Amino acid sequence: MAQLREQFGLNRPLVEQYLSWIHGLVTFDPGNSYISHAPIGPQISDRLQVTLWLVGTGMVIACIVAIPMGMVMAVRHRRPSGLILSALSQIGVAVPAFLAGILLITVFAVGLGWLPANGWTPPVEDPVLFLKQLVLPALSLGVVQGAVLTRYVRSAVLDVLREDYLRTARAKGLRPTQALLRHGLRNAAVPVVTVLALQLATLLVGAVVIERVFVIPGLGSLLLDSVSNRDLILVQDVVMIIATAVLLVNFLVDIIYLLIDPRLRVGAS
Amino acid sequence: MRHTRRPVRGAGTLAATLACLLLAGCSAGSTASGGTGKNALNIGLTAEPANFDFTKTEGAAISQALLNNVYENLVKLDQSGKIRPQLATSWTLSKDRETYTFHLVKNARFSNGAPFTAKDAAFSIGRVKSDWTIAQKAQMDVVDTARAVSPTELKVTLKRPSNDWLYRMTTRVGAMFSRTGVDKLATEPVGTGPYVVKKWNRGDSITLARRHDYWGRKPHFASVTLKYFKDPTAMNNALLTGTINVIGTMQSPDSLYRFANNPKYKVIEGTTNGEVVLSLNNGSGPLKNPKVRQAVRYAIDHKALMDTCWAGRGKLIGSMVPPTDPWYQNLTNAYPYNRGKARKLLEESGQAGRTLRLRLPTLPYATACGTVVKSQLEQAGFKVELDQLEFPAAWLTTVFKNADYDMSIIGHVEPRDMQAVFGSKTSYTRYDSPEFRALLKKADQGTQQEQITSMRAAARLLSKDAAADWLFLLPNLMVANKDITGLPVNTVSESLDLTGLGRS
Repeated sequence: MAQLREQFGLNRPLVEQYLSWIHGLVTFDPGNSYISHAPIGPQISDRLQVTLWLVGTGMVIACIVAIPMGMVMAVRHRRPSGLILSALSQIGVAVPAFLAGILLITVFAVGLGWLPANGWTPPVEDPVLFLKQLVLPALSLGVVQGAVLTRYVRSAVLDVLREDYLRTARAKGLRPTQALLRHGLRNAAVPVVTVLALQLATLLVGAVVIERVFVIPGLGSLLLDSVSNRDLILVQDVVMIIATAVLLVNFLVDIIYLLIDPRLRVGAS
Repeated sequence: MRHTRRPVRGAGTLAATLACLLLAGCSAGSTASGGTGKNALNIGLTAEPANFDFTKTEGAAISQALLNNVYENLVKLDQSGKIRPQLATSWTLSKDRETYTFHLVKNARFSNGAPFTAKDAAFSIGRVKSDWTIAQKAQMDVVDTARAVSPTELKVTLKRPSNDWLYRMTTRVGAMFSRTGVDKLATEPVGTGPYVVKKWNRGDSITLARRHDYWGRKPHFASVTLKYFKDPTAMNNALLTGTINVIGTMQSPDSLYRFANNPKYKVIEGTTNGEVVLSLNNGSGPLKNPKVRQAVRYAIDHKALMDTCWAGRGKLIGSMVPPTDPWYQNLTNAYPYNRGKARKLLEESGQAGRTLRLRLPTLPYATACGTVVKSQLEQAGFKVELDQLEFPAAWLTTVFKNADYDMSIIGHVEPRDMQAVFGSKTSYTRYDSPEFRALLKKADQGTQQEQITSMRAAARLLSKDAAADWLFLLPNLMVANKDITGLPVNTVSESLDLTGLGRS
């Protein structure tokens, strides 16, 4: 017991333990797992890359779905086409990612046999197989996230449409769509980007589930496994990395604000 | 006010897309899901090893992956359960049945380049006592000395005659290690077997690669990937979509119909060593009382249970012996299903109001059968509280190590494991019977006929004492692509032996 305490450094003061852990993380040497005895660093970086691909592609799909669809919904919010899209997005919001995943597997993998039902291959090893394996999990993450994002795009664009400067632009002779694209989008983008950053956290959580459904060795499944194995040090490190990722994205978003809206730059100075 | 100094068309979209791309990253991963092509095989399995060190880590998953494939023993079991040569070409037993002399192969090498000699064999046997920490290490206690007479001759002297010892040499405790290759057992196993561990993607798969310098007959597949699935449906889908070629252990027998009538697949159904045991804590709690244990046995309708939770596949055994062992006997009638009797026994015991904690490992058969056990027991007047523990870590610590439970359900897949599970007071079942231990001892030291008679008596005693309830024997259910050959019908050892597999 004393030997174990010595080995894990539990006999040292708490502050020292904490600092040595932080030092390990910062110098990319987080130590060895309690359970597998394997170094944690390479495990986490491998898994992180997998999850970045998954979450990143999911985000891209979400944007591709949400931005045009939200705009159309806003512009046509009183017409049947807008209402139908609105209803569709509501269904999307209601469907959990894992259900979308199971449906996609049932239809496209098992039913039609177009794509593999699960597994993961890194892009350097086999780019074609990588893409094939990425499609379904990224879609199930992206479509569901996209549906949520659509609602925000819609309301952001609707708000902008009511602004005076758009009426002025219309008065100058621009058609509604033209006016929106030239003057409205930049303003509508600020709240949307905020939501996007907030959604990243949701997406990481969604990835935990999706990684399980599609048997993908990502950060989420690593977290789940280490929680179930009581591999405390791994859990600590993974949670820290996810938290850092969320902070980093929020920081990036702040920079993006400035790029989108020059007025914020003036306000800051 | 001027609005159109410069065109900003799509700036929002651009920014949003940029954010997305930033998140996407451009790194190349280094995890793979195994090889492809004609020389590669992908097998789907359930429980992933926590590490590769079966000298210090309990559970059957490591032996399943490594034994016979990465590690070899002096002797191995063949498909019919007979002991055959592996690293030993032959062996003799002295007249007093206490000294074994093994003659070893000359040209075997470890994967780290070191030659395999009798010194390594003596080292490996000695190391079980000094360094191993798992429960099975006790099986080597009977060894007095193991010494190398020459590089190819090993003498092992036992403290007393033991029928069981040579058999144990076919299991993990008999694995041969290199004197220069035991530093990193948990991550880099070194053995004399035809495969080496090439890659381990934790949480996903283990890839074994065929060795070029293997001393024996080369196996057919150059690369075998063991892919681990937590979810039976995902495993079935993987076979249906070609990600794996073999389902090594079918965990959802009710979905067999998807493969049974499909000419692309073949279904194999045999028996295993896996007794699915409703373990009872004989040492503390309400189940210390034999009447309560007997009541449990009467309360369970085994046929109905197996039909409900394992689609009727498997075999009812009634004790701790699978039909592939020489001392098998049908003991299913010891406690025939009788709810009234169960109720009565429970009343008599005075423990009727107590709640039993049924602590299940998160394994498909355990969770599937747990709810049925709970409802059957409750119908007989028990109070059952169901509780799931993550397998392996949490279950091993709470139930197996600390015996903090009243009941559990676990498949004991280790071969001939009556001794390991019930033979010692410190085992998690906490079954303590001098009479039982005497029978086991007699079986071990006597002639072969005495061994069979005493083992039968021991199994009957276990059953009579209601030391546990034996729900059923796990079937060896495998599904494979039609062209995969050499798959075993019955599982007789704890290893998934890849050396005999091929493609037609």
